[in-house]
This record gives sequence, C-alpha cells and structure tokens, in this order.
Amino acid sequence: MGDERPIRESDLDLEFTREVRAEPGGTQLDLCIACGRCTASCPVQAQNASFNPRRIVRMAVLGMAEDVLGSDFVWLCAGCYACRERCPQGVLVTDLMVALKNIAVRRGIVHPSYRAQIAELRKFGRLYEVEAFNKKRSKLGLPPLEDRPEHATSLFESTGLDDLMDGPGEEPR
Amino acid sequence: MRLGLFLGCSVPVRAQNYEVSVRRVAPRLGIELEDLEGAACCGYPVQSVSRETALVMATRNLALASRRGLDLCVLCSACGGSLMEAAAELEGDEDLRARTNRHLEPEGLSYPGGVKVVHIAEVLAHRVGAARIRDAVERPLEGLRIAVHYGCHYLRPRETHPAGEDPEAPGSIDELVEATGARSVDYPGRLACCGGGILGIHEETALAITRVKLDAVAGAGVDAMVVVCPFCSVMLEGNQKRIEKAAGREYKLPVLYYPQLLGLALGFGAKELGLQLNRIKAKELIARVGA
Ligand code: SF4
Ligand code: SF4
Repeated sequence: MGDERPIRESDLDLEFTREVRAEPGGTQLDLCIACGRCTASCPVQAQNASFNPRRIVRMAVLGMAEDVLGSDFVWLCAGCYACRERCPQGVLVTDLMVALKNIAVRRGIVHPSYRAQIAELRKFGRLYEVEAFNKKRSKLGLPPLEDRPEHATSLFESTGLDDLMDGPGEEPR
Repeated sequence: MRLGLFLGCSVPVRAQNYEVSVRRVAPRLGIELEDLEGAACCGYPVQSVSRETALVMATRNLALASRRGLDLCVLCSACGGSLMEAAAELEGDEDLRARTNRHLEPEGLSYPGGVKVVHIAEVLAHRVGAARIRDAVERPLEGLRIAVHYGCHYLRPRETHPAGEDPEAPGSIDELVEATGARSVDYPGRLACCGGGILGIHEETALAITRVKLDAVAGAGVDAMVVVCPFCSVMLEGNQKRIEKAAGREYKLPVLYYPQLLGLALGFGAKELGLQLNRIKAKELIARVGA
C-alpha cells in the first residue's frame, strides 16, 4: 500500500465494487464515513502499517480491484471483529475482508496457507490427522476418533470448492 | 443438562489438556456431554476461501446435533463463532437453509434449524452459574491472581452470540474465575486479540500482537493466565518461549484453560486435569493450591 501515485478514474473497476456489494460483507459498504475507528481498533494495523482497514474499505468502494486483490494485505486480517463491533456506520468490516478474500480466490489468487489447510482437510476431514493421536488420547482416558476425509471432500466437490482451487493458482504478491 | 460435545480439529489433537479437564469437571456440575458421532471441521478454516463451502460444513455439524436433539457445546471459540454464525444465518432464511441442505442430502442429513451453539464457558457461566460452582468448590484457590484472556470469537460478533454479553465490557469469565476463590486481575488490552488468526499468513505480525498481550500481563503480576480457546493457547503459551527469545525477556507465564483452573478448585489432581501437558509448567501454582 506504499504506492502513493494518485488514483485515476480509468484505473477503477466498478464491476468489482458491484461484486463486493453483492457479498454478505459488502451490503453496508457505501455507508462508510471514513472515520477511521476500524483502523484505530485493529490489532494488525498496530503492528503492521501495511494493513489499514479504513483504506481497504475505501479502495473497495472506489473499485481499486487490482490494488486490493493483488496485494498480500487482503490476507492479513486476523478476523478479530473489533472493527465491526466499533464501526459507527454498521459497516461489516470483518465480513468485507472475508468477501475480498473470497473474490480474490474466484480470480485465481489463493494464499498458500489456505491451500495447505484445505489439503489437510481433504486428507483427514479435519485440519490434523487425529488417528495418530489415539494412543495418547486413550492414555488420558479420551475416546478414540476417526479420520474421515469424505466429510470434507464430498462437500468440497458439491459446493464447487474443488473447481475454485483448480484455477491457475496465482499467489498473492 | 445434556449437550452435544463438538471437539473440532484443534482440541482433540493439540489441546487434550483442555478436553480432559472439560470431561472431568462437566459431570460434577450436572453437565452431560455426548460425543457427536461423525462431526468434522466447523468450516472456519475454509471461510476465507469460500464462505459458501464453510457454511455448508458448519451446517452439516448442526444437522448432526439436530438429529440427536441436542444443542452443541464447543470448546474452541473459532468453532463457536463459525457454528453460531451459521445457525443465526440459517434460522431466519428458509431459502438459504434449503440451498445449504441440498449439499447434505447424499449423506441423508438435513438441518431444520433450532440448534443452539454454546461455548463451554458460557455453559458454566450462564447455565450452571457462579453460585453453583462456588458451592461445589472443595479447594478454594484463595490468593491466586489470574489474568483472563477472553479472546475475540468468544465475544464477537455480538449479533450472533446468543449469550448476549457486552463484548466491550464482558464479565462471565471473570465471574467464573472468582467463583473458584481466585482473583481476576485487570490489565491493559485484556479484550485484545491473541494474533492467532494470521499465524499462518504473517508470523512476525501475529507474534508481535501476542507479545503486546504478554507484556501487559507480565506487568500485572499474576500467577497465571486463563483462556478458553485452543488457538489463543497456541499463541500465548505455545509460542511464549519463541516470543521470549525475540523480545529478550522472560515471561514464564503459565496459561491454563479455565476448566483446568476450575478442576483444581473442585479438588481434582493436576494430572487428572492434564496439567502435565501444559507447555509452561504451572508447578508453583499447583504446589500453592496443594493439588
Ligand atoms: S469504522 Fe466504519 S465508518 Fe469508520 S472508517 Fe471504518 S468502516 Fe468506515
Ligand atoms: S477484524 Fe481484521 S480488520 Fe477488523 S480489526 Fe480485526 S484484524 Fe483488523
């Protein structure tokens, strides 16, 4: 976000703004008054200046698709909901961040960390292999559990997640 | 009180101390936890990639609980957030329910709505209540100073959290701590995030967020920190030594799951509560309470 070149109208992608508005996190987008409470509440912003929720909200309103979707800062939201709780305008900032990530994925940009998690879910139906821990679990008196990959894979197939992930596989800058 | 126990991905593998302590203390307080056969991931990890797929994954778990006629009790606050949000979204929207249920048909499942999702700390605070806990205490933890870390998804977003606690001024876990005889000690930024959500995305930023918390708690002079989420524990306890190295200071701050602290007050032994599995050893604390 360090690029300070002025934004030209010709750079804007209004189709992108429409796409964001149609997402559950985008319905309140246009109500933002740029007060900055989201940014002031954000634990990520406090430690990493490249992430600025107010700016991301404004960039989404303006249709700065490339700047938003191509940057790694879209993935930096910790999902803490402090911004959404404090926004005086009811902008669903946290949900907007999720929407932006979902849109990035639809355009073929998936953060490798999520690719890795989804690969684990495909193998075990959970984020971790649980059967390997059954011996330790039984020593503690905990019941055994089963790895059931189909609980994830069947839903990945029917909801179209598989097709989404099969895209060109770009990674964020 | 019967509840379906939703373990999720992290608890049964990475937080067995949490799981074992919950299974010990629950029956003492009249909570009957039933394992939910066939439960899988809550959907939270997939939300960033596809909200739709995440919703279907959450709904599948709600459908399993509904089939057994049970409300769902979660131990992980992120699982709670994901399942509570799904339940709230589906409750008011028949179309969405129908569309979501189509994906569950092949397995013979369908979610009609109506399942309540509750966090174990909410169950203890609101359904059991501090008064009943106080009556059950056999070994009051008097003199212990505890820093409570609520964690984001236990409190927010307020709209989908049925307990209706004010996320800007919560009190449930403080009350639970004080019901054991220990004191809940205030510290700056106690409602702030642990950083866990982006550990896999940007480790340096994530650990810097955790460090802010550890620094604040260290200044408050406490015997331990209390958490109610495996992810918060990974950050505050699991990564504590790494943060110490980077920060050039020592915290040596034990981090207990609330049911572990409660279990000590109820008279259980440290091993029965899985305290040997905690990464930062709580030896002094355990010796002080005589467990
Ligand atoms: S808090 Fe809300 S209104 Fe204020 S800048 Fe952020 S999104 Fe806009
Ligand atoms: S939800 Fe994301 S953007 Fe909002 S305050 Fe938390 S980390 Fe920042």
